[in-house]
Amino acid sequence: MTNQTDRLSRAGAGFKGLSLPSPLRTVVNLITTVLLTFLGLLLVTFIIGRVVPIDPVLAIVGDRAPENVVERVREELGLNLPLYQQFFIYVWNVLQGDLGNSVLTANPVLEDIKRVFPATLELATVATFFGVILGVPMGVLAGVYQGRWPDQVIRVVGLLGYSIPVFWLGLMGLLIFYARWPWGELVPGPGRLDVFFDGLVDPVTGVLLIDSAMAGEWEIFWNAAWHLVLPASILGYFSLAYISRMTRSFMLEQLSQEYITTARVKGVPEWRVIWVHALGNVRVPLVTVIALSYANLLEGSVLTEIVFSWPGLGYYLTQSLLNADMNAVLGATMVVGAVFIGINLLSDLLYKLLDPRAR
Amino acid sequence: MSGESESLQALGWRAWLLSSSPRSRNQARLGRFYIAWLSFRSNHLAMLGLGIVLALIFMAVFAPLIAPYDPNAQVLADRLQYFSAEHWFGTDDFGRDIFSRIVYGSRLTLYIVILVAIIAAPIGLAVGTTAGYLGGWVDKVLMRITDIFLAFPKLVLALALVSALGPGIENAIIAIAITSWPPYARIARAETITIRNSDFISAVRLQGAGRLRIIWSHIVPLCTSSLIVRVTLDMAGIILTAAGLGFLGLGAQPPLPEWGAMISAGRKVLLDQWWVATVPGIAIFIVSLGFNLLGDGLRDVLDPKSGGQS
Repeated sequence: MTNQTDRLSRAGAGFKGLSLPSPLRTVVNLITTVLLTFLGLLLVTFIIGRVVPIDPVLAIVGDRAPENVVERVREELGLNLPLYQQFFIYVWNVLQGDLGNSVLTANPVLEDIKRVFPATLELATVATFFGVILGVPMGVLAGVYQGRWPDQVIRVVGLLGYSIPVFWLGLMGLLIFYARWPWGELVPGPGRLDVFFDGLVDPVTGVLLIDSAMAGEWEIFWNAAWHLVLPASILGYFSLAYISRMTRSFMLEQLSQEYITTARVKGVPEWRVIWVHALGNVRVPLVTVIALSYANLLEGSVLTEIVFSWPGLGYYLTQSLLNADMNAVLGATMVVGAVFIGINLLSDLLYKLLDPRAR
Repeated sequence: MSGESESLQALGWRAWLLSSSPRSRNQARLGRFYIAWLSFRSNHLAMLGLGIVLALIFMAVFAPLIAPYDPNAQVLADRLQYFSAEHWFGTDDFGRDIFSRIVYGSRLTLYIVILVAIIAAPIGLAVGTTAGYLGGWVDKVLMRITDIFLAFPKLVLALALVSALGPGIENAIIAIAITSWPPYARIARAETITIRNSDFISAVRLQGAGRLRIIWSHIVPLCTSSLIVRVTLDMAGIILTAAGLGFLGLGAQPPLPEWGAMISAGRKVLLDQWWVATVPGIAIFIVSLGFNLLGDGLRDVLDPKSGGQS
């Protein structure tokens, strides 16, 4: 939660500190920042890869291999080069989309990630959708009725959201709505589809809802949607907690401004003052908040995916971790990090695009 | 000296603390704490949070006296029992008493939280104050590094670090600490920049104090209160991350009674013996809630600038 506020304030600070209002300069600055951050990301994954106690050479040749074989493999892997050269080679490979091969699946890591990423994307998108649909109106009401019961509700929702372990809430959800629901299963069990639907739809985009709708397989579509409800609600709850809290504080800020008083004095109906005038001005920072919460859900889905056996990036990452499949772990880490940076950049750009004062 | 103690007796300690003309630096300091405490005390939720945290500490310190059983004693004949007078929270799949394991688990929770705070807060403080006070290229480089770490998704970075260091509670602590310091650095830097050009710093500088001395004895103390608030607020997050790592099998290893790992063990029997996974989850929830409430309360008292906003 607090991390997100930091990023948000940073997004704001970035444009305040700007000396030249030229938009081109802003874009160049942003891109430099992003490139440097991405390079840093690669440096960190590279260093983590080198700290690993597993010797990659021994992993390939075994510990009984003769000295010259070990030496040859070491050279083939480029491990005899100085570290900075190894780093350049690593960056070069990553830029070409080569993240190495996964030991576990024997596929190139990038291909594995392409296969599992849509599942995570689907989950996080639906969850964010829930969070926005419920969180924004709740936050507005809490801001309008400050100190009264809608405000207390938001407070409790927020406190619970920052105190409950997501994986535990997922387990409880499965227990109550799947296993123990008195009138049969309210929601289906773990996984993206019922077993007998598995593999019936061609993975065009990998997002089941889109794929099944395109194929006209409505039965599968509804099955997939039904499987999404519980994990997406659980994950969406955390984004709801954050979005409603931020909306509330943005609304409070706007409602104390003089233009609101002016509008009221002029006789503008109260609903219009709140939902059009005030919310209209909240729109811009809200976009940033929503983008950040989206980025955080991509990460938050790691634990949710484990609980719901959801075959996404988090599931892949954890499976690789437990099998000491370092290429896959670092590849997945890097992709999550890159998506994170990308969404942050996007929210910065949107902020500048939507807010005329930031131009 | 004697005059001071006389007046102390005459006024009573409360008046002494609230005196508007303190006679010594310590009196002023204690008085300020007392006023802060008064306003903290009136916040019921914050007091509840403080109560929860104190209860956690109490439980951790006196675990052997509170727990009715050895947390690792396996009684296979009594496995997976429901709540009863002998086993308040039932038993797990090895017949271990869940209540005793929860009680001992509080030690691990506290251990993780305290160590992460001890490692991460000073790093953040050092980086932030140095960057803020020195400015220039030092600031640029340090803040760029901080931004890179901030750009990382926390849990994923912790996962990658644990995978490199190997699973285990110590490595989980190191991984969480490495992902936790950047916000502290940003806060410390922001505070430092507002203090840097104030008159009292110039006065100290004119008296010939070096940079290190200025940062250490004049800037760091002023950054601590907002840092304490932030660390307290982060503790819930640290507990949740540690529990998540434990749940994934990458944090504390069995048979340690770490709450996240206990949930993971209970997951296998969730559908039939729901309490095995439920009880440790409630423990995590209560403790995180306690730290969140305490942190909110401390923020209102120590850092009124940002208070009331959320």
